Amino acid sequence: MGKTLFDKVWDAHVVDTIKNGPQILYIDKHLIHEVTSPQAFNELKERNIPFARPDKTVATADHNTPTVDQHLPVKDELSRNQLAQLTANCKENNITLYGLGHKYNGIVHVMSPELGITQPGMTMVCGDSHTSTHGAFGTIAFGIGTSQVAQVFASQCLLLEKPKSLRVNVNGKLKKGVLPKDVILYIIAKLGTNSGTGYFCEYAGNVFEEMSMEGRMTVCNMSIEMGARGGMVAPDETTFEYVKGREYAPQGEEFENKVAHWKTLPSDVDAVFDKEYSFDAEDIEPMLTYGTNPGMGIKISENVPSENNASFEKSLNYMALEKGQSMIGKPINYVFIGSCTNSRIEDFRVAADYVKGKQKAQNVTAWLVPGSQQVATQIEEEGLKTIFEEAGFELRQPGCSACLAMNDDKIPVGEYCVSTSNRNFEGRQGPGSRTILASPLTAAAVAVEGKIINFVNHLN
Amino acid sequence: MAGFVKLIDTAVPLPTENIDTDQIIPARFLKATDKKGFGDNVFRDWRYNKDGSVNEDFVLNNPTYKGSILVAGDNFGCGSSREHAAWAIDGYGFKVVISSFFADIFKGNALNNGILPIQVTPEYLLPLIKLIQENPETKLTVDLENQLLSTPIGDASFEINSYKKICLTNGYDDIDFLISKKKEIELFEINN
Repeated sequence: MGKTLFDKVWDAHVVDTIKNGPQILYIDKHLIHEVTSPQAFNELKERNIPFARPDKTVATADHNTPTVDQHLPVKDELSRNQLAQLTANCKENNITLYGLGHKYNGIVHVMSPELGITQPGMTMVCGDSHTSTHGAFGTIAFGIGTSQVAQVFASQCLLLEKPKSLRVNVNGKLKKGVLPKDVILYIIAKLGTNSGTGYFCEYAGNVFEEMSMEGRMTVCNMSIEMGARGGMVAPDETTFEYVKGREYAPQGEEFENKVAHWKTLPSDVDAVFDKEYSFDAEDIEPMLTYGTNPGMGIKISENVPSENNASFEKSLNYMALEKGQSMIGKPINYVFIGSCTNSRIEDFRVAADYVKGKQKAQNVTAWLVPGSQQVATQIEEEGLKTIFEEAGFELRQPGCSACLAMNDDKIPVGEYCVSTSNRNFEGRQGPGSRTILASPLTAAAVAVEGKIINFVNHLN
Repeated sequence: MAGFVKLIDTAVPLPTENIDTDQIIPARFLKATDKKGFGDNVFRDWRYNKDGSVNEDFVLNNPTYKGSILVAGDNFGCGSSREHAAWAIDGYGFKVVISSFFADIFKGNALNNGILPIQVTPEYLLPLIKLIQENPETKLTVDLENQLLSTPIGDASFEINSYKKICLTNGYDDIDFLISKKKEIELFEINN
């Protein structure tokens, strides 16, 4: 029987297998940020354990950082303290840190791929569930808790049981206005929030093969929202072309040797998956969520479904939506384009393309938050900044921002926000806020109209 | 981390499904740099109303229900990887969480903090929740050694990874074990 992409990468990283127990998996790259690392550094210090491989660890500041006036000291004392602690911990342990103000600073899952730190065939972890993003490169990448962060600090390894395998195939031609975000929201709406629990997911089919790396990252990013620890796309020419020439990418002959190896990674044709689903690309439309988990999604042309279940009703009550109603025409006062799901250059290009020559609706506050300093620079260089500013959008500085509202970027109580982020949980974007997940194109169209519209007919 | 052997206690019922880690501990409380104090803010936005007043309707604010066992709806702990959720559950005083399904990362985080997640069937969970709601003084017995949950609904055996069971029973953690494998790890590094 053939091996899956996941098997090939996993098996190559097993240091040892404990009898009747877990396996010891070697970790190639460990990404850290200010929120989930301090307790792990403390753990090592308290137990007098040396840091194993600082050279395989890269840090950034992202969750807690302000998106305005980043040159000034951070106002919030707790945030400032957490950021200072990250800086001190990195210095003490010789870890590369792309802190606030650094030209490479950004959201951990945007920064690492754009620097070429993320490469096919690697194992990568981070104390953040959206680490699944890096699977877009054919990488085993997954989120871990802080105890596990400490384990990797201490040993560069984790004790894990090998997850089961799942494949999701999407074939056919995507309709006009359907973006990678819609594809993954569609998959999660079909499969639910826990269908992937215990599995690692491979996305296969011509839709993913034809997708850009940015699109694949958006898809893999949300694997955790269906419960899967990670998602992967087989590395191909698109992947190699993206990695080539980046800061940390192998160079010259070494790169060619790596590519030759990376080409052996895709799943064998006779590989068998524990679970498999297939969908038609033609069935996918721009998607919206109506509830309080990412599985509660509908096509923009559909009505809110009707279910008689207390948790479902609690969700609709929180969102102030009725069973059976259409979302079209719903007034929206906040739009957020950003987060590790959709803050890459391609996301801003698609939004700018729609917005060009139009004006943001008066009632809308529209925040655009690039995923990294490099994306911010690119937005300016490509002239997108001018387009957004002329349309009345507010371009802010990089960070996680209103995706989880740890900083001041909070949506007020009771307000709806059409957001390109990944979670519509109660209060996720600020206490009492109501999140509607969507693609950057849908978000841009809503910002222009001031309400939800089915914009597909307005596209050129 | 203290060892876990057997627990007999009353339980708190929270039947909501898909309780995510943002509900267990909202992101704005993740700014601490140690593991203490998260219990004060567990389920913060359900325990308190938007104006800061206590939400009398929420089960944790109802003195009728108490105990170190939380019995929760399906797919408990979905969402972010924040271990702060486990620290908050532990900090509040829960030692066991019973549900019909747990999200992966939360389950691992719970075990790494001495909290026992017990997965039962939906057919067992729903009557158990109803029983506790109607009879708050109901005692539940959790026997880790025999992997058995005993309640008036009946006995339910539960799964736990044998390695994790040893860790939980003795209060060990994975770091000690991994450090003991240093030679093998270094050999792997040389060969790869």
